[in-house]
Amino acid sequence: MNAVELRGLRKSYGSFEAVRGIDLTVETGEVFALLGPNGAGKTTTVEILEGHRQRSAGEVSVLGHDPGRHERALKERMGIVLQQTGVDEYLTVREVVQMVAGYYPAPRAVDEVIGLAGLGEQRDQRVNKLSGGQKRRVDLAVALAGDPELLFLDEPTTGFDPSARRQAWETVRSLASLGKTIFLTTHFMDEAQALADRLAIMADGRIVATGTADELIGASTPSTHVRFRLADGVEPPAGLGARPAASAYELDTAEPTRTLHELTAWALSAGVELHDLEVGRRSLEDVYLQLTAEAESGTPAEAAS
Amino acid sequence: MSGAALALRQIGYENRAFWRNPPAAFFTFAFPLLFMVIFNVLFGADAARFFTPAIMVFGVVTATYTNLAMTVTIARDEGILKRLRGTPLPGWAYLAGRIGHAILIALLLIVIVGAFGAFAYGVEVPWEHLAAMVLVLAVAAAAFSALGLALSGLIPNADAAPAVVNATILPVLFISNVFFQMDNAPDWLDAVSHVLPTRHFADAMLGFYGLGDTAEAGVPWLEIGVIAVWGVAGVLAAMRFFRWEPRR
Repeated sequence: MNAVELRGLRKSYGSFEAVRGIDLTVETGEVFALLGPNGAGKTTTVEILEGHRQRSAGEVSVLGHDPGRHERALKERMGIVLQQTGVDEYLTVREVVQMVAGYYPAPRAVDEVIGLAGLGEQRDQRVNKLSGGQKRRVDLAVALAGDPELLFLDEPTTGFDPSARRQAWETVRSLASLGKTIFLTTHFMDEAQALADRLAIMADGRIVATGTADELIGASTPSTHVRFRLADGVEPPAGLGARPAASAYELDTAEPTRTLHELTAWALSAGVELHDLEVGRRSLEDVYLQLTAEAESGTPAEAAS
Repeated sequence: MSGAALALRQIGYENRAFWRNPPAAFFTFAFPLLFMVIFNVLFGADAARFFTPAIMVFGVVTATYTNLAMTVTIARDEGILKRLRGTPLPGWAYLAGRIGHAILIALLLIVIVGAFGAFAYGVEVPWEHLAAMVLVLAVAAAAFSALGLALSGLIPNADAAPAVVNATILPVLFISNVFFQMDNAPDWLDAVSHVLPTRHFADAMLGFYGLGDTAEAGVPWLEIGVIAVWGVAGVLAAMRFFRWEPRR
């Protein structure tokens, strides 16, 4: 059975439709990332999965349950890290985890949870004495207390410094290696690429692409990125479609062999050097920007499956 | 764990967190005593017989209604309630834990005020009415807790909580035989006052101390009944208006 299944999900707030009919499948044991700009509908979608919002239309299955029914049996099997923290400030880290662990039928050992969240040294400190980043880790510890099969992480590293972010990534990876299904939202491409087995890009209430990062980049047209620098005063021929970028030129192509052939043929015949020539894949960020821009301007985007 | 066991456990954690904030804990108990001292200086030592039960009423209302309306609103704004909603802890068990703790604090306040009245001003504790008193206190504490939860659902955000809570309770206490005796109040105001649960709570408590209409009446069933009706209305309103998430 799939951990999460969405069919034709819609959510309206008054006349505004935040989620406009999305289909999504998350397999058991995978790390799935939902990407998208602010206002794309990511949080609305996750909050419907978590049971915090009621959908307007569509079918939702989370671990075989309808989250809208607030069944205890479902909540016993999932953990949630919300965007904003909310923990009793006067209890210690250990007490908070212990309190929450008691809500679940088969919790993970309290000290193990604290270790997983990277709070070993703060275990006996009160929550109100912790730094912002440490409080965020308390959130994670609380979500892990019940040893959930499925973990929702809504923008888990927003506001983290780079080392805290790396540490959080390690935690997510170790959770994934324990066989947990992880559903995360983020607007950081590197995060999605580093953690997710599969991802979906959401824009303007719709899913515009799903697949692995490789599939998304491969399916995007053009998929190859070429960059080079020319001596001062030299310009590439207009037919190649190269655009100036910083001190160099860039172009994207769906036909790298032909494009490179034309480019190098021109350079040889004109007697110019293509300094620092780079040929590579487009970055996920480029693909993301293209897809979300297309979605917002109304152009249909090509999606990988 | 069963819901009831979880609720009891939740009382324990609430209690632990409460005492970890000593200034808040200290003034919860010192505040009513301060009122007693001031009123007795202003109105003379005879006033203690009135103010001992009256301040008990004030203490119970503060510890339940005021306290819950404020802290639950703050917890909602901080996302604590939303987080709990995502765990298997039944919502009612969480709220029962908070109410249970509020009632414990209210009972402790009663003991402190009663003891203070007895030792500082020689106001005798009406031991013969103890059972009826416990009954009144239990019904009142539960009713004012329910009303506090209902109010929290109507308060838009944490910043508005103190203003809204005080505006709903202080005028009511002023016309309920708590801060001022209603003996000289105009009839219409006295009639209004008799609709309020605070008035009946105060009259019942004053009665135990041998004051007012219900003195020597044994168990004040009418007063208990009116308070209970308000309590049921509070529960219904709380079910209708209670929210787990901040209003955006």
